[in-house]
Amino acid sequence: MHKPSLQSILIGLIPFVAMCFTVVLWDQVHPFVLGLPFNIFWIILWILITPIIMSFAYRSERARIDAQDSGLKGGA
Amino acid sequence: MDNSMIALSVIFGIVLVSSIVGMYAGGRYKMNLEQWTVAGRGFGLILVWLLMAGEIYTTFAFLGASGWAYSRGGPTLYIMAYLTLAYVFSFYFLPQIWEVGKKFGMQTQSDFFHKRYNSKNLAAVASLIGVIFIIPYLQLQLTGLGIIVEVASFGAISRVTAMLVAFGLVAAFVFVSGVRAVAWISVIKDFLMLFAAFFIGIGLPYMYYGGIGEMFTALVNAKPTHLTMPGATKVMGHSWYISTVLLTSFGFYMWPHLFSATFTAKNNNTLRKNAVIMPLYTITMPLIFFVGFTAILVVPGLANGDMALLTIVRQSYSPWFLGVIGAAGALTAMVPAAILILAAAALFAKNFYRPMISPGMTDDQVARLAKVLVVVITLVALYFAIYSATTLVNLLLLGYAGVTQFLPGVLFGLYWKRVTKAGVFTGLVTGISVVAYLVLTKQDPFFGINAGFFALCVNFIVAVAVSLMTKAEVNPFNDNPAEEAKGSA
Repeated sequence: MHKPSLQSILIGLIPFVAMCFTVVLWDQVHPFVLGLPFNIFWIILWILITPIIMSFAYRSERARIDAQDSGLKGGA
Repeated sequence: MDNSMIALSVIFGIVLVSSIVGMYAGGRYKMNLEQWTVAGRGFGLILVWLLMAGEIYTTFAFLGASGWAYSRGGPTLYIMAYLTLAYVFSFYFLPQIWEVGKKFGMQTQSDFFHKRYNSKNLAAVASLIGVIFIIPYLQLQLTGLGIIVEVASFGAISRVTAMLVAFGLVAAFVFVSGVRAVAWISVIKDFLMLFAAFFIGIGLPYMYYGGIGEMFTALVNAKPTHLTMPGATKVMGHSWYISTVLLTSFGFYMWPHLFSATFTAKNNNTLRKNAVIMPLYTITMPLIFFVGFTAILVVPGLANGDMALLTIVRQSYSPWFLGVIGAAGALTAMVPAAILILAAAALFAKNFYRPMISPGMTDDQVARLAKVLVVVITLVALYFAIYSATTLVNLLLLGYAGVTQFLPGVLFGLYWKRVTKAGVFTGLVTGISVVAYLVLTKQDPFFGINAGFFALCVNFIVAVAVSLMTKAEVNPFNDNPAEEAKGSA
């Protein structure tokens, strides 16, 4: 079984920090951005940013797993 | 023809056509147990993911989310956050579940517990808990269907009659079709839902205010505190938000039907890619919220927020369009309801009844039992839908509080070799008991924290403590047993 790397877990923490733990910092109506109250704008923004961030986690995992699997084959 | 006849005919027409299309697609296959429950494991990747999306966008997303935006305000933001973060979290354990699932030939969530902890009893308890907490989720779908028929009939059909009709529709639908038909109807449902979300999510704010920005400005002027937390509630502040987002994003794939859908993927890399892309699915949710926010000043004073979306649509468009929106809503209730009923019936028959009560049953007998269970389970959900009035979102949160208690057993099962079945079992039972106690004594939120999340923390602590107090067990998931022996020596 391939366990996730620490690096990829740290990347995944970013959206959790932005959308969940920091709520007290962005849960306000003003300023309006693009016609939206700030908290709603912030959440929508992070729905769009999260796939980009997770694509970095994906690349880091793929590279590591490919290296691991080819390493195993080489050793056998 | 009067307005209610037009709206109801359009709803029944669309639902009927969708069902026929679905059954035609599924009708070429002979229906044995496997066909009926997992479509003979023959689904291609696209159908699998359509099926999963069909389970995600339920009537909760349609009526419940707009209802909370209307009646609660700010706290509703948790829905957009948890749907996005659930996929992020899945990146770190679904591929691993797929790997062990393939190695050990797992088909259900209970199989995972059976293989990892080498315990038939733990698996049976897990399946029972899964079935119990699917009930409120089902009740949610039936209540939603009842609301749709009630509003579309312009009040001519009462809520209880409407729910009886809804029950008949869903049970008939599951009986004749099975999972293959459901997957195809899910395609129609997703397109209708997408169309409805964009059309009314943008259309209604423009109709009444001239734009989305203007709508929010008017709302903030009229109700300055509605859009931030705790909104129109007293108890749903920031600690409630954080604990609820964590509970529901961690718990999302603990639903037995979503957990087992993992096993149908072609490979584990697909699951990783999916975790990266799926957050974009959440992008229709803000549009549904806009409808709820628009309704606050346009149709004020509704006793039940869940009726806000349909009430404002009924007031703003012609009856046939109310029918189209109602049909989209009806399909978002029926498709997930069918999937939930199938999952619960199969889980109970295969992982509880056969191993615990009647080991000699043949597959055909299990299939017959599963069909009887479809009626029993739906009747139980119907009973609760009629006799306990609560909002759609509250029902969903209750289900989440229950199924998320599987998390320690799943995560420790994958990543902690010292965990024991006694630890997982006591943690699970303690977690469920805490949830039941706090919910039944109406102590949710518990000191500002989601009761389910509090129970999950207790569950984790008990699982760790009891595991460390009991004798270490062999981990069947370990790829390299020799290494483990060396490590513990």
